[in-house]
Amino acid sequence: MSQVPSELRDEIPSFEEAPPKQDHGPIDWTGLTSVRTAKSALEIGTIIALAAGLFFLIQGILEWTNEPEYVIPRPISVVRALGTNFGTQYGHHLWVTFQEFIIGLAIGSTIGLVLAAVITQKPFVEKVVAPYIIILVTTPMLALIPFLRLSIIQGFSMWPIVVAVALASGPMVLINAATGFRRTDLAKIALARSYGASTFQIFRKIRFPLALPMIIVGYMVGSIFGLLTAVGGEMVSASDQGGLGHQLIYFSSIVRTANFGAVVVIISLLGVAIYVIFYFIGKRWASWES
Amino acid sequence: MEASPNGRVVRLRAVKAGKVYVAKTGNVIALEDFSLDVADGELVCILGPSGCGKTTLLWAMSGLHALSSGQILLDETPITGPRPHEIGMMFQDANLLPWRNLRKNIEFPFEIKKRPTDRALIDRLLEEVGLEEFQKAFPRELSGGMQQRASIVRALAQDPDVLLMDEPFGALDAFTRDEMNLLLLRLWSETRKTIVFVTHNISEAIFLADRVVVMTTRPGRLAKIFDVELPRPRTIDMTFQPGFIATIQEIKAVVESGYKHTVEV
Repeated sequence: MSQVPSELRDEIPSFEEAPPKQDHGPIDWTGLTSVRTAKSALEIGTIIALAAGLFFLIQGILEWTNEPEYVIPRPISVVRALGTNFGTQYGHHLWVTFQEFIIGLAIGSTIGLVLAAVITQKPFVEKVVAPYIIILVTTPMLALIPFLRLSIIQGFSMWPIVVAVALASGPMVLINAATGFRRTDLAKIALARSYGASTFQIFRKIRFPLALPMIIVGYMVGSIFGLLTAVGGEMVSASDQGGLGHQLIYFSSIVRTANFGAVVVIISLLGVAIYVIFYFIGKRWASWES
Repeated sequence: MEASPNGRVVRLRAVKAGKVYVAKTGNVIALEDFSLDVADGELVCILGPSGCGKTTLLWAMSGLHALSSGQILLDETPITGPRPHEIGMMFQDANLLPWRNLRKNIEFPFEIKKRPTDRALIDRLLEEVGLEEFQKAFPRELSGGMQQRASIVRALAQDPDVLLMDEPFGALDAFTRDEMNLLLLRLWSETRKTIVFVTHNISEAIFLADRVVVMTTRPGRLAKIFDVELPRPRTIDMTFQPGFIATIQEIKAVVESGYKHTVEV
């Protein structure tokens, strides 16, 4: 009777006691996808009012203490710097950083996702690979960029930063996706098997959808680490194109704090935009879980 | 083909079926020397306490698990793997896929089999079980009974000859369970599928079955087969009649004879 599928491994799922729900990896990142957001006009209005209040409060305190502009920039100067320089200067650097980030994330996450799907099939492989994944997760990859520029990818292209972004985001996608793929629901696999599903069909129609919420969490965490690495990498060793991190170093070295503040604002807005995109992806594809 | 005791063609047959689970703490004999013939169009209930191997037996019948000894025959050919075209399986709890809406759940087997969806049949079945207005709903938005009805539609839409049901209504409350049992009997009377229904509920077994097969626990063995003489169509009222209650007690005695009673207070 060799046709009995290995997935079912002679275990009959027990329904009396639900299997322990392991919804997250070593660190619980799942909260990222389930932040409670404002819905009513009152809530949104209060958020905007709070932002405006903070803006004018800081402005007022700085005017009152008469702090010099080069120590702490006035919020209004930051906004002015954004308005005048975005089209001529910041836009270009935003595009450079975004390219490094998105190409690195695409490469890193694809490799991470495929590796996660492969290693979770074999517990032995998973155990052997685990220490290396932890090294990859914990090593700050932007430290590698000067080395990459000198040795493997010589020169002032953006590729060393792209590689660092991939190395930073990939393992994050990998560990979270692996957690997702490890959630094997024997009853659902048995259901598919009873209709004659192939191993690939079980992967595509059961394992993958089951893992999807964790994969999205992985992408969210991975993109946060990726953006951090891209900006940090540019601060350490930018390409000849510059980038937002390079602009931070540049403006702080010539004590242009308003411009510095403007770049920080752009980086945070980029981070928020990435978060929001994955939040809505999560809402669309993984809302069945919550 | 051989005829079963009641003169009908034998559809499904267990021949000296045995199953041993190999565990670190020692081998567990889940099923031993179990033989049974199920006739075409018959509704057989397999009854026993938890851990008596009834689920093991059903999974072996479905081809999802191999037996350690003996075999299962469907129309006299041994079952060595899933038989998606002949056998439909219903699982404990509804086992719907939570990321698919009700309609997509019912269409799931068609996708797996790469067959065109039989829309007319699905529509008719959904109407019959009263779910036609909930096709877009996700499983978590449905009650336990509704989920189980969807699960029945999913199985019947494949039009299997044999339906194996593994304590499908075990998690439902008593009222919903009665309702589901009546629904099952109605659908069965229309389609006359061969049904093997596993349960640990004695009155459910008697209410549904032509024959109740009682099993003893560890090792899971066939203890006794009861022929249920209740006329059909069956009604809930029948379950309160003295004859019905007498049968419950008779079966209970057989089930309990398998235990060593040591009551400590």
